Amino acid sequence: MTEPKVLILRTAGTNCDAETDTAFQLAGAQTALVHIQHLISGKVNLTDYQILAIPGGFSYGDDIAAGILLAIEMKHKLTNALNQFVADGKLVIGICNGFQVLVRTGLLPGTDASAEMTQRSTLAMNTSAKFECRWVDLATQESPCVFTKGIKPRVYLPVAHAEGRFTAPTDVLADLEAKKQVVFRYADSAYPNNPNGSDADIAGICDATGRIFGLMPHPERFLTKWNHPRWTRIAEAQDAGSEEGDGLAIFKNAVNYVKANF
Amino acid sequence: MSNTVNEINILKADDAELMRISREGTLSLNLNEMKTIQTHFGTLGRNPTDVEIETIAQTWSEHCVHKTFKSIIRYSENGKAPEQIDGLFPTYIQRATEDIAKPWCVSVFSDNAGIIEFDETFNLVFKVETHNHPSAIEPYGGAGTGIGGVIRDSLGTGLGAKPILNTDVFCFGMPDTPYAQLPKGTLHPKRVFKGVVAGVRDYGNRMGIPTANGAILFDARYTANPLVFCGNVGLIPRNRCEKSVEPGDLVVAIGGQTGRDGIHGATFSSAELDDTSESLGSVVQIGNPIMEKKIVDALLQARDRNLYRSITDCGAGGFSSAVGEMGEHVGAEVHLERVSLKYEGLAPWEIWLSEAQERMVIAVPPENLTELIEICASEIVEATVLGTFTDTHRLQVFYEGAMVADLEMEFLHHGLPKPVKQAVWQPPKHPEMPSRDAATKDYTDDLRKLLASPNIASKESVIRQYDHGVQGGVVINPLVGVANDGPSDACVVTPVLGSRKGVIVANGINPKYSDVDPYLSAAAAIDEALRNIVAVGGSLEKTALLDNFCWGNPDKPDRLGELVRAAKACYDIATAYGTPFISGKDSLYNEYRDTTTGEQRAIPSTLLISAICVMPDIRNAVTMDVKAPGNFIYVVGNTYTELGGSHYFGIHGHIGNTAPAIRPDEGKLTMERLSTAINSGWVRSCHDCSEGGIGVAVAEMAFAGGYGMSLNLGDIPTGDEITADDYLLFSESNSRFIVEIEPQHRDAYENHMAGVPIGYLGIVTNTPEFVIKGKSGDPIIKTSIDILKSAWQTPLLSN
Repeated sequence: MTEPKVLILRTAGTNCDAETDTAFQLAGAQTALVHIQHLISGKVNLTDYQILAIPGGFSYGDDIAAGILLAIEMKHKLTNALNQFVADGKLVIGICNGFQVLVRTGLLPGTDASAEMTQRSTLAMNTSAKFECRWVDLATQESPCVFTKGIKPRVYLPVAHAEGRFTAPTDVLADLEAKKQVVFRYADSAYPNNPNGSDADIAGICDATGRIFGLMPHPERFLTKWNHPRWTRIAEAQDAGSEEGDGLAIFKNAVNYVKANF
Repeated sequence: MSNTVNEINILKADDAELMRISREGTLSLNLNEMKTIQTHFGTLGRNPTDVEIETIAQTWSEHCVHKTFKSIIRYSENGKAPEQIDGLFPTYIQRATEDIAKPWCVSVFSDNAGIIEFDETFNLVFKVETHNHPSAIEPYGGAGTGIGGVIRDSLGTGLGAKPILNTDVFCFGMPDTPYAQLPKGTLHPKRVFKGVVAGVRDYGNRMGIPTANGAILFDARYTANPLVFCGNVGLIPRNRCEKSVEPGDLVVAIGGQTGRDGIHGATFSSAELDDTSESLGSVVQIGNPIMEKKIVDALLQARDRNLYRSITDCGAGGFSSAVGEMGEHVGAEVHLERVSLKYEGLAPWEIWLSEAQERMVIAVPPENLTELIEICASEIVEATVLGTFTDTHRLQVFYEGAMVADLEMEFLHHGLPKPVKQAVWQPPKHPEMPSRDAATKDYTDDLRKLLASPNIASKESVIRQYDHGVQGGVVINPLVGVANDGPSDACVVTPVLGSRKGVIVANGINPKYSDVDPYLSAAAAIDEALRNIVAVGGSLEKTALLDNFCWGNPDKPDRLGELVRAAKACYDIATAYGTPFISGKDSLYNEYRDTTTGEQRAIPSTLLISAICVMPDIRNAVTMDVKAPGNFIYVVGNTYTELGGSHYFGIHGHIGNTAPAIRPDEGKLTMERLSTAINSGWVRSCHDCSEGGIGVAVAEMAFAGGYGMSLNLGDIPTGDEITADDYLLFSESNSRFIVEIEPQHRDAYENHMAGVPIGYLGIVTNTPEFVIKGKSGDPIIKTSIDILKSAWQTPLLSN
């Protein structure tokens, strides 16, 4: 059994790296915050890690569109390393801007020939045309996703984004449903619980293997029960017992998967 | 001298010519200051260069040196014997902090932000700035660079703090202002509103800093002069709070390139606006938050490796200000041709004065340069060696080998003549408004109107555009309650993830009371900020304050008189509560002049008080939404007949004359006891009574919690005799709270509060019905929480 090592990828404009780092540490992993320049230069090797996390933020200012510049950089400058990482059965998680990056690299939803890295879906501007910061109810779907194994059927997490409307051509959507790649849906289709107008209320998806996972909500912002926006109203929150927030389970699942499989 | 540098011919200039030079150069120097410069260069036997006179004008600008707050003021009030005040800042602000002498104040008034202790490892820094003039002309850019600038203040404090929280307070003209009534050359308040919110949103969100506290106020007098307060809290290791500069250290610029943007920002913001100001596009800076994020990422690594000895930001005045301040006690030599430019064609003085954003200056021992440049390169940030700190006590600037400025630090920093200003204050007299009890027995409509008035109405549409959860430490959100949409009194964050130690940030601002008495307005702002801290579970014991004055033209004795009144309140109330000021800023000259009609408009005298409190255990925090039917509702603190400047009078077109007085002995005891009660777990919810008094406070608590209330005004404790129901309901007396107590804690709570006036108001009910009975026992308000909530939520829904 390996002690799971997580590479948390940073670049200009990444800004949820510290809390993602905390989340993986609480889950029992060794973590490293690594600027993409150090991966490109070879100073750091992706092969030394079992989990790649792409945190939230505004990579390169989200210039052109959210996540696109980092996606291009990864596709073209880390092609072999990424393909090897995925082929080795290792885990990738992209949260918010990280999800946008994964979608734009094509790693999500992925194809049978994932090596091609072709974009098949997108995260477009919210239908409200605004940045939205709010907590939403998520319905956990039956999926092969290793990150959400055994987690509650309903999860409450915050979103904070302007470009989170998941949309794809009908055949891609049908394919996602057929392969059970939808991991989270917004539990109520109506705005604001579906904060962005996503197709089929999709909040998070995985690839067909369940090892690559992207989601707009931020599980790393719900690590303790005091992060819940209504903890002062919930009697249990004030009692003893678990202090864990619901978001932590996602990181623990990843760490446990690595412990069991590597 | 280089041929790109001009000599400014002041040696032979007469008074008129001196003033022409000042005016046409946007120097904002008065005649006395121009003559001081003339005399100084007279003794040197030469004229100054443009670089030199620009450096002096910037260093001496109101914006940079706060000369009004340091000036000698001859003040007379309401026929009393005149008094002489030797500086408002030392007399009323700094002295308050000295007299309070809290041991946890680490650094006050000396660095770019104030520093207080947090835990064994970290301290907190806090600063609030204004960016009013730029936001009036270009709301998006002005506000964005406002938040960008104050973030750099945190980064430029000590050896650099990590920004952890933003706070933003805006004052705009009325959103429904008819276009025909807009002053010439000004933008519509709605456009300013949208632009400012978008600017703060895009900058703050991209920086990854939660914006979790703020306020938005409206008054017609802010139409031509909107106010944009931007604040930032930072976290800094305790052993990184001191800075020094040694001769031989390199002057290194980090970050963005220099262009012609923001030139004369410092001097421009030290003058009034007029109907031609909109053409001054170049005085507004251009922001790039990702550049700033990269600088933070790079500098915090360099800080932790001890690679530099001092740091400051390039804000107003650009390199001139940054290098001039850092080198004040040693001297500095700078070579402007080394500056990385956005484009060619800048004159040396423009490079030197440019307020291009996202630049920091650090003092680097030469042996650390290589490592510093490596870190910067790995974060894709430019680092440029501009020169050296020297031991000459002179500020020497070169361009392509030629010396373009050679100024004595002593003259630059201490040559400014201390002005003497006149100030008067005369209490205004407004018509009184009698109680409307004789005319009506039903105040439901008044309550709805109050909830719908733009100052009180929900700001949710704005708050949701700000990322208030990034960094993962927010434990009390700006919006709380059963539907996450009630107005929290303050936000609470845990900057160290995993620790239960929290930071509470709140604010108080009440410009309407300035129409009655600026003393009471300032006092109420302090009281309100502290109430908000206490309401979520904070304590006075470890709370510090920031003062941000936004005023009209202080060269006018009546405006300055109001400033004196407010400053006096700051001393009196801060010392009474034992809450020190740790930093502050003033923005004066918030006036507008129509150059054709001569019409002059000033903003209401506006003091923003920001409060920061260290909370030992965030698990004790409470929110303002009621929690369960059957719980008891109490009012804490005495109500007085104090409706002058109140929102209730406001919706009826009145100002009145009796603004809420401040009784710090009563207030302090109330807040201390209540804080303990909350931290003992006896209080389920707590809300401060402010705009709209008890009526608005209980309504907000009810609809935020999703339960009705059945209340009675009969037992409200009063400090004077009040029989009128509307006065009881809507008076805005200070130091009052509404609390919700579970039946099983009633005795403990009541016993603990002995000595503090408390009154039982009624109970939380399991229906949406919201009923308040008046003194006679008949309902004076009968409605539902859904109607009240809708009235509160609708007005600003679409912004």
